[in-house]
Amino acid sequence: MPGACVGGTGEHRTSVTGLVPHSWLNALGIPPWVWGPLSVSLHAAIEATLVVAVVGCALGFLLAKGSFPGRGAIETAFSLPMALPPTVVGWYLLTQLGGPGPVRSAEVSLFGHPLTFTFTGIVVAQIVESFPYCLRFSRAAISGVDARFEQAARAMGLPQWRIALLVTLPLARRGVVAGAVMAFGRALGDFGATMIVAGSVPMATTMPIALYNAVFFGSHGQAMVLALVQLAVAFGLLFGVSRLGKVRPW
Amino acid sequence: MTAALELAVARQIGEFNLDVALTVESGMSVLFGPSGAGKSLTLALIAGLIRPDSGTITINGHVVTDCARRTYVSTQKRRIGMVFQDGLLLPHRSVIDNVALAVRQTRGRRARRAVARSWLERVGAEGLADRRPGSLSGGQRQRVALARGLAGDPALVLLDEPLSALDAEVRRELRKLIRGVIISSSVPAVLVTHDAEEAEELGDVIIGYNRGRVTGARVVDRPVCPGPASGAPESTGRA
Repeated sequence: MPGACVGGTGEHRTSVTGLVPHSWLNALGIPPWVWGPLSVSLHAAIEATLVVAVVGCALGFLLAKGSFPGRGAIETAFSLPMALPPTVVGWYLLTQLGGPGPVRSAEVSLFGHPLTFTFTGIVVAQIVESFPYCLRFSRAAISGVDARFEQAARAMGLPQWRIALLVTLPLARRGVVAGAVMAFGRALGDFGATMIVAGSVPMATTMPIALYNAVFFGSHGQAMVLALVQLAVAFGLLFGVSRLGKVRPW
Repeated sequence: MTAALELAVARQIGEFNLDVALTVESGMSVLFGPSGAGKSLTLALIAGLIRPDSGTITINGHVVTDCARRTYVSTQKRRIGMVFQDGLLLPHRSVIDNVALAVRQTRGRRARRAVARSWLERVGAEGLADRRPGSLSGGQRQRVALARGLAGDPALVLLDEPLSALDAEVRRELRKLIRGVIISSSVPAVLVTHDAEEAEELGDVIIGYNRGRVTGARVVDRPVCPGPASGAPESTGRA
């Protein structure tokens, strides 16, 4: 199975397109300079979205249903990457992940090496960049659930955790799923934070960075193809989100 | 005999002040009065969905709310069944699942569904088991809501204007069903309504409400139908 050597530390990851034989990709006429970055982008975005969906939904639930002080401040703090330029987010991540300090020590003890200029570094950057989308969509969707359904469930004797899983989240599912899809799209399209944290090392190159490199080195044909692929993926994602609003609720 | 419900509570919400004391024995007790009299608020206090400012609530001899001692038993542990005005069936669950979720007295999905199915049969909704609530008529929804309210073997059933959203013919049909099922299952029930005809037809005891106070109570004369099992109904306002 083909693998992708990702990152300057020699960290190995199996690419998503590794699931598809190279001969098929060649037969389909998809060149390595497309499926290489595409596989890194998809793989990193999927991992980031899994983390963001679980943690973002849980925090969104706490913010929507909790009555503790500082909820507004917490939501604002976690939403900052929406308003900050990605390069600023990337710089903070670089200094924290790569500079001396407790974060770097934790990385080394956990992963054996710093995360800067690695595939995992890309995932971390994408998590930070996409987290606010999942958090805000989830929080809004969960807040919008008619509280009377939850009251009815309490009267039925269901414990709080079952009400969350069986009543609140299913009723908020469209907003939660839309948040996860938006987060996936954001992760897939991240350039600034990823570029600063992971650079442009061979085989750790995402689609946006590959496009930047193509333009930088004057390969306008390649740039056009890479842009078209990203356009198609973005269209598919947004179309999927719009379909979520049109399907019959239940 | 232990009263099914003893309540003496006060609650201020904005300009509105609820201050009521009442005792409910077995059978069907009806809280009757105009809109905004505090009837539904009383049910919410009994269910533990809202906390009173002061007072106590006892269900079947168990103190579930005692403000002076800061005792508040959660809604889940009060062993109540609730039937809401618009049913509030979970739209993403089938009818049988809606009822089975309320079954507390048995464990295991199959056993719960068996209990749920028997309750659906008792309310004449066995044919709806696999349907989603969105495909039911108002009357069918309330039949299922009644089954759900009773399926958990509750110590007390609370019905919050369960028929007010239905047309006259369905309402008449469901009145008979509600009274029959509640009386045959021997579960004490408190029903809220502002419809005099409904109060007379359903209640063993009618407790009058107005502007947050109990205005009086009377036993409905029923020569044939079973009434309260024992003890005279009691209701006192504290105005």
